[in-house]
Amino acid sequence: MKIALFGNPNTGKSSIFNLLTGLRQQVGNFPGLTVERRSGDFQIEENKYTLTDFPGIYSIYPHTKDEEIVYKVITNSKNKDYPDLAIVVVDSANLERNLLLFTQLQDLKIPLILVLNMGDIAAKKGIEIDLDALKLAFPSVELLSMNARVGLGKDRLIRAIQNHKFETSSEMFLPGQFPLSIDDEAGQKEEANQRYLKINSLIQNIVKQKLDHQKYNTSKLDRLLTHPIFGYLIFIGVLFVIFQFIFSVANYPMDWIELFFMKLSEWTSAALPSGVLNKLLSQGLIPGIGGVSVFIPQIALLFFFIALLEESGYLSRVVFIMDKIMRPFGLNGKSIVPMMSGIACAIPGIMATRTIADWKERLITIIITPLMSCSARIPVYTLLIALVIPKTYLGGFISIQGLVLFGLYALGLLAALGLSIVLKLSIKQKKIGFLIMELPDLKSPRWGNVFQTVLEKVKIFVWDAGKVILAISIILWALASYGPQGSMEQKVKIAKSSSLFEESNKSDQENYIASAKLEGSYIGHLGKFIEPLIQPLGYDWKIGVSLLSSFAAREVFVGSLATIYAIHDDSASKQRLISRLKNAKNKDGQSVYTLASGCSLMVFYVFAMQCMATVAVVKRETNSWSWPIIQLVVMGAMAYLSAFFVFQILQ
Amino acid sequence: MIMKLSEMSAGSKVVIETICHPFLSTKLTEMGMLTGTELELLYKAPLGDPIAVRVKGFTLCLRLDEAKYIHVDSL
Repeated sequence: MKIALFGNPNTGKSSIFNLLTGLRQQVGNFPGLTVERRSGDFQIEENKYTLTDFPGIYSIYPHTKDEEIVYKVITNSKNKDYPDLAIVVVDSANLERNLLLFTQLQDLKIPLILVLNMGDIAAKKGIEIDLDALKLAFPSVELLSMNARVGLGKDRLIRAIQNHKFETSSEMFLPGQFPLSIDDEAGQKEEANQRYLKINSLIQNIVKQKLDHQKYNTSKLDRLLTHPIFGYLIFIGVLFVIFQFIFSVANYPMDWIELFFMKLSEWTSAALPSGVLNKLLSQGLIPGIGGVSVFIPQIALLFFFIALLEESGYLSRVVFIMDKIMRPFGLNGKSIVPMMSGIACAIPGIMATRTIADWKERLITIIITPLMSCSARIPVYTLLIALVIPKTYLGGFISIQGLVLFGLYALGLLAALGLSIVLKLSIKQKKIGFLIMELPDLKSPRWGNVFQTVLEKVKIFVWDAGKVILAISIILWALASYGPQGSMEQKVKIAKSSSLFEESNKSDQENYIASAKLEGSYIGHLGKFIEPLIQPLGYDWKIGVSLLSSFAAREVFVGSLATIYAIHDDSASKQRLISRLKNAKNKDGQSVYTLASGCSLMVFYVFAMQCMATVAVVKRETNSWSWPIIQLVVMGAMAYLSAFFVFQILQ
Repeated sequence: MIMKLSEMSAGSKVVIETICHPFLSTKLTEMGMLTGTELELLYKAPLGDPIAVRVKGFTLCLRLDEAKYIHVDSL
């Protein structure tokens, strides 16, 4: 049996959803849309129910693209999500406004359960609801009160579901043509007026407000959070804390996970008989799974904080104080968290854009977040800076190298904001964006909801994005481990016959062999193939191979380069790598790594969309391949053109 | 005297006369902004925009270019 969950935003709907479905939830998208479709199963005795949570709405008539799905489902009894029963969750302190949606649903002849939630807050405000009077006004509806935040009333709800007679009212609350068409703006406004007129006449007998509680006083905390100075300071502080956690603290579990998979890979390699299966598992599959798992700590930590801030109502205050600043860029106050997360890793940031209500603001944020130089780019930046930027100091104390590093981050940010403006002007929005947002009361978060959110996001990432990441890791591994007929063996033969090889010690010989194998592999050939394309940027085929390898993860660039130059890929060999690269010469006998080519490469890494894990997540969040492909192409073009420009200018 | 909500200062108590937004009148109405509804402008954001308005039992944030279509009379 299908049950739907409806209600205004901020009524505690998600708490009730979590209470009923527990850990048995799936989150997907409504077909063809970016609206989340959250559903879960639960059982009462022998009966199975599927509960679907719908976005919070004030009326069935949609005003945003996301809201259209509710109207489409609820007005079409043949729709696969059309419910047998609907639970309408209502904020007890705002009964009048909540009844608009309720009476609309009643007039759609859907069997209903009315849940009066957040009764504790209503009581504090001196609001009393006469349940009997309410029952009298809506006789065919099962009525109950709950305090979902603390789990109070769950049994009452379950009983209401069990005992429901599936009756609907024989009379319409508001007689007349209903529902109106989606485009009938004037009709909808008139209907709302009429409904409220009728609701108002009823409400006098149902809701009693204690007079001495009537004056609303903005809480001191709210004054602080929206203060012209403290508001922003507090926000910066909050961002700083979150950033520290995902940038530094997350590294501990991330290192453990990397170590675990490395050990597992070694163990598997030793335990299985040698051959293709062994290689596939120990060098392809296991590192691939490790590469997915390593993101989990950052995702979990970011969403822990976001859920906390969202549940408490703080993020609405952020939107309030940031709206004027973010509007020219087509962004939302909530866009800042994803962008800041992008400095550590874009992936949790992109997943965090869910909290942005407006789809255009959400989409723009998703597209520009990867431009915020993530931590994977750092090994690339530091290597190239050490290679081509002189270690001098401006005025005796400002490091030029440090300045360049800062410049790269600044470039990313500026590009993100610039692209944001371009997208704001070019993406057409049928329903124009607006703010008109309720500012919910500040409250302490429900920890169950926070935990659910973290679990959900980790699950989404591992299952949805994880599959794509794993597939591409294995493909890249295969391309680097196998080559066209005889090609790898031929390169190894050439390497072995060189005098340099004979004079080297055992470990260096292994490095030379590894380098030769990479050159002869498919990816080596691909690198040579794209060489003419990247020469105008100042790169050779060896850089080409490393660029391609970075699709797995940007930091792989360094390891790949190390292997090609026959250096063992570990942190102790950084200096050897740098000196070998400094001496690297191309066909014309000139240095490969010059100021021009180095800067060109750095700029390339600022812009290029290389992390396929990000591509996978963007695909998931936008529910289509077109946006990630557009992102790949646009960012790729930005990378190519800027790198070309920089190389030609600095030459 | 009838003024636009966007012109009012913090602390003002007003009552709605009409709403004439080109495309969001329905939304505002559905959220409880009806002729005769009393509003209190609680405070404005640091840059003066948006504003926080108390409507019956809840607080609503509006941009000035949304609030300017709400015509009010002071109480």
